[in-house]
Amino acid sequence: MSTTYLLRGVAPLGGDRTDVRVEDGVVTALGADATADGATVVDGDGLVLLPGLVDLHTHLREPGREDAETVASGTRAAAAGGFTAVHAMANTSPVQDTAGVVEQVWRLGRDAGWAEVRPVGAVTVGLAGERLAELQAMARSAAAVRVFSDDGKCVDDPVLMRRALEYVKAFDGVIAQHAQEPRLTEGAQMHEGVVSAELGLTGWPAVAEEAIIARDVLLAEHVGSRLHVCHLSTAGSVEIVRWAKARGIAVTAEVTPHHLVLTDESARGYDPRFKVNPPLRTAEDVEAVRAGLEDGTIDVVATDHAPHTREDKDCEWAAAAFGMTGLETALSVVQATMVDTGRLTWADVARVLSHTPAAIGRVAGQGRPVAVGEPANLTLVDPSARRTVVPERQATASVNSPFAGTELPGAVVATFLRGRPTVLDGVLVDAGAGVGA
Amino acid sequence: MRHLLSAGDLTRDEAVLVLDTAAQMAATQAREIKKLPTLRGRTVVNLFFEDSTRTRISFETAAKRLSADVINFSAKGSSVSKGESLKDTALTLQAMGADAVVIRHHASGAPHTLAHAGWTHGAVVNAGDGMHQHPTQALLDAFTLRRHLVGDGGRADVTGRDLAGAHVAIVGDVLHSRVARSNVQLLHTLGARVTLVAPPTLVPVGAGTWTADVSYDLDETLATGPDAVMMLRVQRERMSSAGGGYFPSPLEYTRAYGLDGRRLAVLPEHAVVLHPGPMNRGLEISADAADSPRAVIVEQVANGVAVRMAVLYLLLAGGDQRPGADAEDMEARTGVRTDGTRVHA
Repeated sequence: MSTTYLLRGVAPLGGDRTDVRVEDGVVTALGADATADGATVVDGDGLVLLPGLVDLHTHLREPGREDAETVASGTRAAAAGGFTAVHAMANTSPVQDTAGVVEQVWRLGRDAGWAEVRPVGAVTVGLAGERLAELQAMARSAAAVRVFSDDGKCVDDPVLMRRALEYVKAFDGVIAQHAQEPRLTEGAQMHEGVVSAELGLTGWPAVAEEAIIARDVLLAEHVGSRLHVCHLSTAGSVEIVRWAKARGIAVTAEVTPHHLVLTDESARGYDPRFKVNPPLRTAEDVEAVRAGLEDGTIDVVATDHAPHTREDKDCEWAAAAFGMTGLETALSVVQATMVDTGRLTWADVARVLSHTPAAIGRVAGQGRPVAVGEPANLTLVDPSARRTVVPERQATASVNSPFAGTELPGAVVATFLRGRPTVLDGVLVDAGAGVGA
Repeated sequence: MRHLLSAGDLTRDEAVLVLDTAAQMAATQAREIKKLPTLRGRTVVNLFFEDSTRTRISFETAAKRLSADVINFSAKGSSVSKGESLKDTALTLQAMGADAVVIRHHASGAPHTLAHAGWTHGAVVNAGDGMHQHPTQALLDAFTLRRHLVGDGGRADVTGRDLAGAHVAIVGDVLHSRVARSNVQLLHTLGARVTLVAPPTLVPVGAGTWTADVSYDLDETLATGPDAVMMLRVQRERMSSAGGGYFPSPLEYTRAYGLDGRRLAVLPEHAVVLHPGPMNRGLEISADAADSPRAVIVEQVANGVAVRMAVLYLLLAGGDQRPGADAEDMEARTGVRTDGTRVHA
């Protein structure tokens, strides 16, 4: 296969149409300079060209739960969804709390070649919330970890959180907090409100998230560190982050695609596909996170892609695992909720799904402008396409999509990882092992 | 009615039909030979993931009085305790030909999942799921209330009647109570007014949208002269000396929310006292109240069998659910006239 491509008639960030030439992993020419000489031509007429998407919050499950997902299957899903980089969360088994484990995950990603894998390091040993993991060793490893998180668990001890925020300044790291006050959420199954009261499921109060975020932004201010808030889900959380930013606190926040569209009403059928942490909230919360994403209070959309085996979802609600897949539907959900509603432009989409997550994760070479000399991490989207989600046909190894059977707008036509197409004509392109890096 | 999962699924007419059918069933239970041939050859499985001797025996008795074959499947000592999933248990029961599955489960929604996941084709009867629903309890409570508040203690015919105008106070641990949730829905459907009485810690966030008033003051509520008081069981483990307890001590709970002789005396002459059992005597209800003539607690147990017979009958044999037609249909099937006289044994 040729290593030179001409993307003809594409609209970078949804703007004016142009031609883009990609050569040896780099964008080498734009517009009239972009010739077809020796290049494979990709007809991109009417398609939107975005920088390759960067996910700040992905569960790849390897090592430990390869029955739900592997680094290879998860990054295939990432490529299919238009992503060129993913941050692999630390709650693997063994936990990504040592240089050895993060390097293993990083190497698995490099060998698979579907997307750049940036392992997230655990903040505390074994995610136990008791003592700091060797954060510096992970930062200095080949995996060059910059994002640290006990995601799935909250660093609820205020002293430990303070120390973590301070400590990672030495290597420009960031703590990504899973904001969930554990005592307020013991046995919690879904958002606490009208629906939980009726369904008899133990409630998960909004304040359990908001109280931790409020504490953490104040801690970040006190020690002068940057803080990242994972998957915020309530109107109150948006308010607190808005207040903190106005105060000049170095806080960034993410929202998941599912919290942009689904509500706690989904729980009424007790279908565990809708069981997720943090839980789906109310319609008012959905509007608040959309408004927060629109006005920049929320910096990024991150998938919290959480694959689970069938047996972990094919059961009664209380016995089911928390989480839903998202890599292959994220862009479509953002288009449906934010672009097609006129609240974000495609340039904004590039910001929240590529530029900013890459900046937060300190991922060099990702989230760059579409410009000559930049690495060719690119995603080509057809906004006019419509597709019905069929989990069994997705690249992820799991089928726990909340959007099964739902028609969504937009389709990824091509994804380029450092100039190599991982997706072409909407189909994954195998390159064989070891080519990606 | 294909399944009975939630009291909220019943329309007014469906609920009255169950009560009327239960009255017919109750009439047969006064006879020397209590057994009816209605469900001969049908299999009812009692699938109990949670200990509940009373409810299981009530369903077992109901099914046997209708001549069904009954299989009791208890989670303890079965493959469930070895880690078998609800799905595999359900598939097993399906393979064995269960016509109805009566399920009691600690997880809210488990009966809903059983009914809708395609694991079993039989009718599913919710015998209590987590903090969600206990519809047959609400039906037997409504049956008992109708008999006393509308039917003058069994002296008047109540066929076709609902509970319009009645005021029922439900007192105690509403937060964790499936009985309260089912009763709030069913009593509203039947035209009654409900006041929930509990300390604020035991009222769920979100209960503001329920078809019931909420009061934190039992004496104030009793002073309004409710027609019935339903006491809920309060589990002692809900009280805790450490942080997170729902009330400070059993004594304080009893002082504020317990039904005793003094509070009983405040009630109108006709008012009755209910309790789903098992009672914590001395905690939510005193012996004076529990054993008083106003207490219909033992009668609730007897009515439970009749109501569960009605539910099994309607789910498994009651194809035509028009109330009028059903009485004839029932006569034909049970050999019992709806006026209570026997056609043949």
